[in-house]
Amino acid sequence: MDWALLLDKTILIVIIFAVSLGIAAYSTYGERKIAAFLQDRLGPDRAGPFGLLQPIADGVKMFTKEEIIPNASDKFLFIVGPCIFMMTALMTSAIIPWGKSFNFGGHEFGLQVADLNVGLLYLFAVVSIGGYGIMIGGWASNNKFALLGALRAASQMISYELAMGMSIVALLLINNSLSLREIVDGQAGDGNVWNVVRQPIGFLIFLICAFAECNRAPFDLPESESELIGGYHTEFSSMKLGLFLFAEYINMFISSAIIASLYFGGYHFPGIDSLDLPQNIAAIVSIAVLFAKILFFIFFFMWVRWTLPRFRYDQLMNLGWKILIPLSIVNVLVTGAWITFFK
Amino acid sequence: MSTSIDYLALAVQFMVAAGFVVTTMVATHLIGPKRKTADKLENFECGIESKGNARIPFSIKYFLIAILFVMFDVEVIFMYPWAVNFRELGQIGFMEMLFFTGTLLLGFLYILKKGALKWH
Repeated sequence: MDWALLLDKTILIVIIFAVSLGIAAYSTYGERKIAAFLQDRLGPDRAGPFGLLQPIADGVKMFTKEEIIPNASDKFLFIVGPCIFMMTALMTSAIIPWGKSFNFGGHEFGLQVADLNVGLLYLFAVVSIGGYGIMIGGWASNNKFALLGALRAASQMISYELAMGMSIVALLLINNSLSLREIVDGQAGDGNVWNVVRQPIGFLIFLICAFAECNRAPFDLPESESELIGGYHTEFSSMKLGLFLFAEYINMFISSAIIASLYFGGYHFPGIDSLDLPQNIAAIVSIAVLFAKILFFIFFFMWVRWTLPRFRYDQLMNLGWKILIPLSIVNVLVTGAWITFFK
Repeated sequence: MSTSIDYLALAVQFMVAAGFVVTTMVATHLIGPKRKTADKLENFECGIESKGNARIPFSIKYFLIAILFVMFDVEVIFMYPWAVNFRELGQIGFMEMLFFTGTLLLGFLYILKKGALKWH
């Protein structure tokens, strides 16, 4: 047993948790500022300079609010639901390669918690369990709006998971590996391009499905406030509500990281390897490159949210089942034929 | 290549995540005020008194979607090992998958014609 390596991983896990919680907290601030900008408003500007302390104020408020568990609800499941949702959001970060490894005086410090050879399958497995969190939370509330929201969320998530899985199959045909590290490295070096160039349609399908999986607008029917009050989290208060909302922002951060890794070269940037930087500097640069891509996609998520109106439910289902699934199957076959007969 | 240390790291991550979630839940339970009244513990349905149980029969379509998902997801899972070993399988492997997807698409056409995906 290599205890030093396990200690490394533990340190890395704690750092990644801190970073993803921090990014999730400041995404709420970013979202409100971007919304304000797009709607010609100011946004939060009271707590601290430029309202920068707003996420902290919100967090404190969430913690100090009264915890209400309705009498009609199933008390155990009511508590378990948000916990499951948060757990799955925190577990997905394990397989993402965050950058090149550091070297502290001969001691190699890798920046990936678990380089699984079934990485993408692990990702899908964990993301699927997230649906249970919403379903359990909505059902346990014993509220008609919450139940409807949970039903919508569950059928939306499973519908878009199919097209998402298919778009990944087309990617696997090119990269021949389920390990995220190998997929990222397969997009760098001579003769290799970012996967978005090789798989433009697959990327579009994956992006749309990522929006649907995160329950982000225009796919935010599970919590459409104008018809379902708050959807599946109508009955939740204090930090149980906080966990639901927070986990959504973590999911957005992680899906941005996955999109960047799968289709935009992850921590690689063309021409950066030829600079021949020292190892530790190269590691820092690679982290910065990945986070620049991630922040762009988080911005993109918000931009779309404040630009597009919400779908109607039958439109949502038609898009998922009648357009995206056939399109992704055709994409797989065309990619397969191209590799078989022209390469 | 993944080794046992990778899976052990996953276990560590699970424990840290569980620790975070449990701490948050316990902390918010201890910190928050507790002034419960009967009205407060009612379900919130726009301020109107709620009628009956929420767990009423709902549209069968949701169930149908779930069943269809299970079938199609199994098919997608079959495609993963094929895609990973695609280059070794060569042309024969591609033809076989063409046949498999063709059957799958026939089933898909069938459920479309049956109107399983029609929403009213």
